[in-house]
Amino acid sequence: MAQIHLEVVTPTGPVISDEVDIVTAPGHGGEFGVLANHAPFLSTIKTGTLSFKKDKQTKYLMISGGFSEVSNNKITFLVESAEYGHDIDVDRAMQAKERAEKRLAQAMQKAEKMNLTRAEAALQRALARLQAAERSRS
Amino acid sequence: MPGLKDVKTKIEGVSKTSQITQAMNMVASAKLRGAQEKMEAFRPYTEKFTAAMGNLSGGTEGGNLPLMEIRDVSTVEIVVVTSDRGLCGSFNTNIITAAEKLMRKYEAEGKKVSFVCVGKKCNQIFRKTGKVRAAYIDIMGTFQMFNAREISHNVSANFTAGESDQVDLVYGKFHSVAVQKPAIEELLPIKPIESDGSDASSSDEITGAYIYEPEPGEIMEVLLPLYLNVQVYHAMLEVGASEHAARMTAMDNATNACKDMISELTLLYNKARQAAITGDLMDIVGGAEALKG
Repeated sequence: MAQIHLEVVTPTGPVISDEVDIVTAPGHGGEFGVLANHAPFLSTIKTGTLSFKKDKQTKYLMISGGFSEVSNNKITFLVESAEYGHDIDVDRAMQAKERAEKRLAQAMQKAEKMNLTRAEAALQRALARLQAAERSRS
Repeated sequence: MPGLKDVKTKIEGVSKTSQITQAMNMVASAKLRGAQEKMEAFRPYTEKFTAAMGNLSGGTEGGNLPLMEIRDVSTVEIVVVTSDRGLCGSFNTNIITAAEKLMRKYEAEGKKVSFVCVGKKCNQIFRKTGKVRAAYIDIMGTFQMFNAREISHNVSANFTAGESDQVDLVYGKFHSVAVQKPAIEELLPIKPIESDGSDASSSDEITGAYIYEPEPGEIMEVLLPLYLNVQVYHAMLEVGASEHAARMTAMDNATNACKDMISELTLLYNKARQAAITGDLMDIVGGAEALKG
């Protein structure tokens, strides 16, 4: 099966650079999948779970905001952070989720727009982390 | 001629100072390695980012995006990035002087100037001018991407609210371990990025135009704030590395100066000791001669 080169790059360094069979990612308009020899494509990425399949094994990564570019049979993700699902500390992610929920409730009460968006983003990240961790376990 | 004991105390004092400067030199060189690694890790991200931005701006007329809006400039905001701590030679002073010069230039043109200070050192200086709009201190030691994000959010919100019409960035660029120079960059409005032509655009001709999701304009709206982050973070990384390199050089110089001083003082000490011995001998000889008499 033809493969596509996947690269995930974050400000703290590249996370993965490998030939894979298929990549699924949370794009602006919803999940999208990319196979080998995809047409050039550029999309923004939402916080969520990226998955890729190689040697019949599927792996999951939590990624937060950025964008992806497909060209020349190569897909590059430029995201602010990326973590392998199996590296995620579920307890910590759970705590982060609860913290974010509390902050969100607080911000809602006081109607602080700045804190609201921040708390929302934090909650999204926590949820994405949990999801990625859960998926890579099952 | 100073007393023997005075000289001895002084030698001890200087040698203790040299121990400290030597230790600081070693700490700085270890930290420099870390800072350089951080910079290296960030490079692929910036390179890919700029390439993609170049690609994208080929497909769009950025025009009416708020962060690219070009207005008549009446207020300029200067973002100054220095270190939190001193003892690194003229590194911070050079950045501050460059920022001051920039301020005077703009004020001579009749523009208002405000400051955003990152790092304690520039805040200490510019606080006195009363023009500091925001300060981020005590973060240079451990900063991460989200610190940069906070700063760039603040700056861009101020810009889109029309409170500033131009934003400049002054920081210390890391050229090498021996050379760090202040650098000035324009942050906002963001200028259209030229595609560097190389691999991206040539492949376009073969494979056809990009599919964009969402519209290129909307993608730009997401990417421009990120681009700002990247620039601020980059400046902070440069300052981080430069600070340690500058401190290394400064502490090396200080250690050398200490060594010179110790050898001078030792000479002085020996001279004084010799003089004392000679004096004592003269007394003894004189006494013996007197007894013979």
